[in-house]
Amino acid sequence: MPPSAGAGADDEVRATVCAVWRIESARLIGALTRRVRDLGVAEQLAQDALVAALEHWPREGVPDNPAAWLMATARNLALDHLRRQQVRAAQESALSHALDLRHAIAAQAQAQAVDDALDDTVGDDLLRLIFTACHPVLSAQARVALALRVLGGLGTDEIARSFLVPEATIAQRIVRAKRSLAEARVPFEVPPAGELPQRLGAVLEVIYLVFNEGYAATSGGDWMRPALCEEAMRLGRVLARLMPYEPEVHGLVALMELQASRNAARVGPGGEPVLLLAQVRSRWDRLLIGRGLAALANAEKLAAGRGQALGPYALQAAIAACHARAADASATDWPRIVALYDALVEVTGSPVVELNRAVAVSMAFGASTALPLVEALADEPALRHYHLLPAVRADLLARLGRLDEAAAEFERAAALTRNERERQVLAARAHQCRPPGADRGPAALH
Amino acid sequence: MRFMVIVKASGESEAGVMPDEAMLAAMGKYNEELANAGVMLAGEGLHPTSRGVRVRFDGKQRTVIDGPFAETKELIAGFWLWQVRSRDEAIEWLKRAPFDGGTEIELRQVFEAEDFGAEFTPELREQERRIADKITAAGKR
Repeated sequence: MPPSAGAGADDEVRATVCAVWRIESARLIGALTRRVRDLGVAEQLAQDALVAALEHWPREGVPDNPAAWLMATARNLALDHLRRQQVRAAQESALSHALDLRHAIAAQAQAQAVDDALDDTVGDDLLRLIFTACHPVLSAQARVALALRVLGGLGTDEIARSFLVPEATIAQRIVRAKRSLAEARVPFEVPPAGELPQRLGAVLEVIYLVFNEGYAATSGGDWMRPALCEEAMRLGRVLARLMPYEPEVHGLVALMELQASRNAARVGPGGEPVLLLAQVRSRWDRLLIGRGLAALANAEKLAAGRGQALGPYALQAAIAACHARAADASATDWPRIVALYDALVEVTGSPVVELNRAVAVSMAFGASTALPLVEALADEPALRHYHLLPAVRADLLARLGRLDEAAAEFERAAALTRNERERQVLAARAHQCRPPGADRGPAALH
Repeated sequence: MRFMVIVKASGESEAGVMPDEAMLAAMGKYNEELANAGVMLAGEGLHPTSRGVRVRFDGKQRTVIDGPFAETKELIAGFWLWQVRSRDEAIEWLKRAPFDGGTEIELRQVFEAEDFGAEFTPELREQERRIADKITAAGKR
């Protein structure tokens, strides 16, 4: 760092560089990947541009258009990279000096022409980048890390902190993901129509995984990490702008905004989870509810326009909307929620969804109707270690007055969860069931 | 985190003069960028204060005062609500707005639940307990 200005001014410039980076990095990496055809190389070049900004801006002042400065610098770095690559290729194939030179010049001219012709004004590069970073050749874990890195502009340290894993683990995951993309020669493109549904599914899955990691932290002491929820919602909104005609993109945005609207009400004074029906609804975020309902209406309109049924995200959003629209818990339209779960079970075939459906059935038609549905899921391999299966069964048993059995089930659930806050709540409910008459309502709905 | 971006009134906005075509186009493009980046949660422009009122509170007395109001620079002409990841990001977005002519735009962070901390808890705990009791009663049918 040059010693020119005082430390305070340096910090200010550094903060500006970081803010510009957060805003611009995905677009930079997208544009660079189009040029160099390798996401890993592109990301490195974008980092080099960032380093250049950190060197120049404190000395020369922040440019009037910092985004354009970064893009121009990154382009030059890409051009250098391409030239070096061309020269190396020419040398390796032992061509004559003249041919070598002609190659290099041609490469430069071509790169310049590409630069001029393909300024990314409609966000195509960003969309290609999203599909590349979330490519199904990568594991879901790898996609999540890479997406946060190249689409969210997050550092490996920030990603590691969000997921409570060592930084080295995340760094490894990202390096391997970039290598896998290069080895699989994944093209930098928006997938053709035939592949689109499956590839879009992989993208939506990544965004929702990020959201859920923030919404119901799977491990650790915090019940929620709101920054991850916000990042996922931001990515969802970006995608909805890039693919405005895809119903499930709007469905996912609706689902996330409706769920996040409850964030402030989901945590009790001591940091413990407060379940959906016990939440103070005046603390729900009306702005997010309004946005979520609008996004859901969009998804429904687009699906109807295509003559399609609602997809899994829009259906889940429709369920969340039933809660958002109810002034208080007793006003919830449970029969409609059961009907939506019926459709969701059909689409997903997921035993977790069947469990949630059973909870809705218990609310619409009583605990005794729901209990056999839950017990039918007992042998589902997918639910063997799922703490909410015994938690729901426990809750139904408690509501039916079978308190000893309920207590044992709550204890099983407490032993299965990895979230400390949730464990405490379940253990407390087990304890309440030991002396008779301490029922506190349904457990599985957050 | 959320920021409210407060656009203050000017002589023109108070006179009900609409921005010219170039300004409207530039502002449209800027709004588009905000939406494309997933930053924009809401944004509205306000009618001039000639169509506004104030209600003054004195003890039990309520006095309605019709606009327009004089102190132009203190009046609000519009706002945005943004979701950003840091104050610096909000500043960086604001710098890109197409204002000119000495206009000053104010950035204010919106309170969120965690900002209230411990002071919020006793009343809330009580409220949550009442609701839980109500549900327990409803569940025992």
